[in-house]
Formats: sequence, structure tokens, C-alpha cells
Amino acid sequence: MDYQPPPFFSRGPAPLVRLAFFVSLAVLLMVLDARFRYADTLRQVIALVAYPLQRVSMAPVALFNAAADYFSDRAALTRENDALKSKQLQAATGLLTLEALAAENAQLRRLLEARERLPRKATFAEILYAGRDPFSRRIVIDKGSQSGIEAGQAVVDDVGVIGQVTRVNILLSEVTLMTDKEQMIPVQLLRNGLRAVAFGGGDGTLDLRFMAANADIQADDVLVTSGIDGTYPSGLPVATVARIERDSAYAFARITCVPTAGTDKYKQVLVLSREANLPPRPAEAEPATARPAKQKRTKRQE
Amino acid sequence: MPFDDRPQRILLPVSVGYMVFTIVLALLFNQLPWRDVNGLPDVVALVLTFWCVHQPRKIGIGTAWALGLIIDAGNGALLGQHAFAYAVLAFAAITLHRRILWFSLWGQAVHVLVLLLASQLLVVAVRHIAGGEFPGFAYFAGSLIAAALWPAATFLLLFPQRRPVDVDQNRPI
Repeated sequence: MDYQPPPFFSRGPAPLVRLAFFVSLAVLLMVLDARFRYADTLRQVIALVAYPLQRVSMAPVALFNAAADYFSDRAALTRENDALKSKQLQAATGLLTLEALAAENAQLRRLLEARERLPRKATFAEILYAGRDPFSRRIVIDKGSQSGIEAGQAVVDDVGVIGQVTRVNILLSEVTLMTDKEQMIPVQLLRNGLRAVAFGGGDGTLDLRFMAANADIQADDVLVTSGIDGTYPSGLPVATVARIERDSAYAFARITCVPTAGTDKYKQVLVLSREANLPPRPAEAEPATARPAKQKRTKRQE
Repeated sequence: MPFDDRPQRILLPVSVGYMVFTIVLALLFNQLPWRDVNGLPDVVALVLTFWCVHQPRKIGIGTAWALGLIIDAGNGALLGQHAFAYAVLAFAAITLHRRILWFSLWGQAVHVLVLLLASQLLVVAVRHIAGGEFPGFAYFAGSLIAAALWPAATFLLLFPQRRPVDVDQNRPI
């Protein structure tokens, strides 16, 4: 004989119980996403459902831009045309010598039996918006796995490297800028070929860490990609050295660099495909106590 | 605070369609391609708080959680950070809804400010644990602006419930 209130008073579980349920579900999702990357399928499904919403919210901005383009005056167009003409003239002289150099380079590489560098496939994409996440530096571009974008590809604009594709949805993909705190990019000093790794500073700059205090680096030195990671093609401008602090109390110098490419200035980017003929990954270093059978197998792989 | 003896308006029952419409509009506003989101009011959180305070039986923690998930997936944030913050926000708003509505509009706005700031703090704490960078104090200005928008939100969101019951043909509206 239990007495229960009539059903029209029933309101389901108590709010505190519901809160506990949903909070633990959210924490579970966050752990799965941050630690194990299991939540990517779920994220893709939700992102695909939210995609029409994003396109609709993009419409007023696109309309405004179209109107601004329509009313941009003739003088501005002429000015832009002149600038482009002079830029093309400058580029043409470089291009003429470049073709000869490329042929010579190919021949020399064949002589050295080095691998020929294949031209990379480049996909043109437009920046849709800067990610609405103030905790990291990401942008969203309008090409996804449908256009052959893969995670890990390098993204450049017309002056230098921007970053790397870190997450691919079906119709969009996310690019983590190289200034993000968790991004690293192998670089080389243009002046003397010194190799280093540039770490994202998290505040719009890059840091060269672990460089000896007496390393030959000066302010205004240009850093280009060294290409040894196989992700970024070599020779792309990355940053210029802005400030060097050499403190004898520390073994390393503090070197701050300013990125060359401006992600807030341009709307168009190129996504470069990864290099096709990379050597296979070296086998994991075996511990000294490994069984002999295993060692034999790794040798055969080599 | 003295008892509020000003005349109070009896509102029409809310339409669930209108609630969904306002939430979708808020989502659209949040998804606009903003260049810098620091200091931008989180309109979804504001509308969610509003409906949780005014209609706690029609909207709940589950809805808030799902909304947070949509926002996370669309922005490439850590999946679940907004779901977590919105669930707590909805719970606090539903728990406090009887108290909040006794205050004047600006008194209500102060309550909402505290709730929104707390939910932002939760997001910052979660991202700090996950290894994100601190976005700067401008991030919290969004809550101030959102709370300042509370009276306007009240006017707009209660508008359909303030229509007259009998439509007078000679005096529409």
C-alpha cells in the first residue's frame, strides 16, 4: 500500500539529479575528446546538423561584402590594378630565372640520386570565420573531406605559412594557426641556415626555444620552413625575429618572432597536400632487453 | 525590499514555438562570423537563462546541455565544455527563478550577471585544465553586456505574451 501523488504532480527526477546526470555526461565527453579523441564522430554529426545554421548566419555578412564590392569605386579598382601589374612585372623576372633554376636543380638532384620533389597539390579555400573559441587560435575554412582535405596538411597564404589543418569535417575543416600554444613548426634561418623549432606563443607571436645564448641570431632575421618534417614544404616564409633577450642566468636565449602571414588580412588560403614520397617511419627504438626474434623482424623492415 | 505593490500584468501562456524560434535566433547570432569573440555577449546563454527563469517547466537542464553541445561542435571547442556550463547555468536559473522574479528588472539583471559570470568561469576552468590559453579579462566583459541586455530581452521575449486577449478590430495591438 504505497501512496503516491497523483500523476499530474509528477515532474520527473529532481533538478539536482538531472544536473548530476548531465554534468557527468559532459565531463565524460570532455575527457573522451581531450584525452582519447573518441568523440570526433559525434562532433562531425553535430557539426553537419549545425552546418545549415552556420551557412544561414553567414548570409548577412556575405550580402554586406557583396554590396561593398559592388559599390567599390573605380579609383580603388584602378589602384589595385596598377599595384598588381607592377607586382606581376617583378614576379615575371623572378619566374624566368626560376624555370632555368628548377631544371638545373632537377638535374643536380638526379645526379645526387636524391628524391625528386614532387609538386604538391594545392587546394584553394576561403576562410569562413575565426573559431568562436577564445582559448585557442583556429580558423575555419570552407573545404572539408569532400574536397580531399586531410588532417595534418599545411595551410599557406600568399606571403607565408598560416598553420596546419587539425580537424576535418565533411564540408568544413579547422586550421590551427602556428601561433597557437600547441603548434610547432621546424624552421631555418634564411641568413645562415641555422635550424630551429618555432613554438606558438599563444599571443600572436612565435618563440624559438632551446637556442643557445650565443646562437648566431639577429633581430630582423627571416625564418623559413626547413621542410624536414614532411608537412611544410621547405623555403616558405614563417616569421621574422623581433626581439632577442640574452640573459646569462639562463642557458637559452629568449627569442620572439612575428609571423609573416597575416590571417586577419586575407580571406583566401591554399591547403597543400602532404609530400607523397616520404621515407617510411623508422621502427621504434627497441629496448635493450627485447627478444631476439623481434629484433630480426625490425632489421628485415629496414 | 518592500513588497512590490505596483500593478502586475497577467501574461498569456507562452507558445513553445516562440521559445524555439528565439533560441534558434540566438544560435544564429552566436554563429555569425565574428572576428574576435572576446567581450561578445553570449546571447544563447542569455536567452536560455531567460526561459529558465520564466518557464522552468517548459525548458530544462537537458535542453541546455544539448544547446551547449551544438555550440561546441560548431566552434571546434572542447566537446562538452559549453554543455557543462549551460547545464549548471540552467540548474542555477531554475533553482533561483522564484527569487529572481521578485526583483525589479535591474535587480534581476544583477542576478543574471552572477549566473553568466559563473558559467564563464566554469568554461575557463575547464579549458585551463585541458591546457588552453587564458583569453584575457575582456572575455568576461561579454557577461556584463549580456546582463545589461536583460531588460531589453525581457521586453522582446515577453512581447507575444503581452498581446490583448480579445483583439479589438478598431485598436489593433
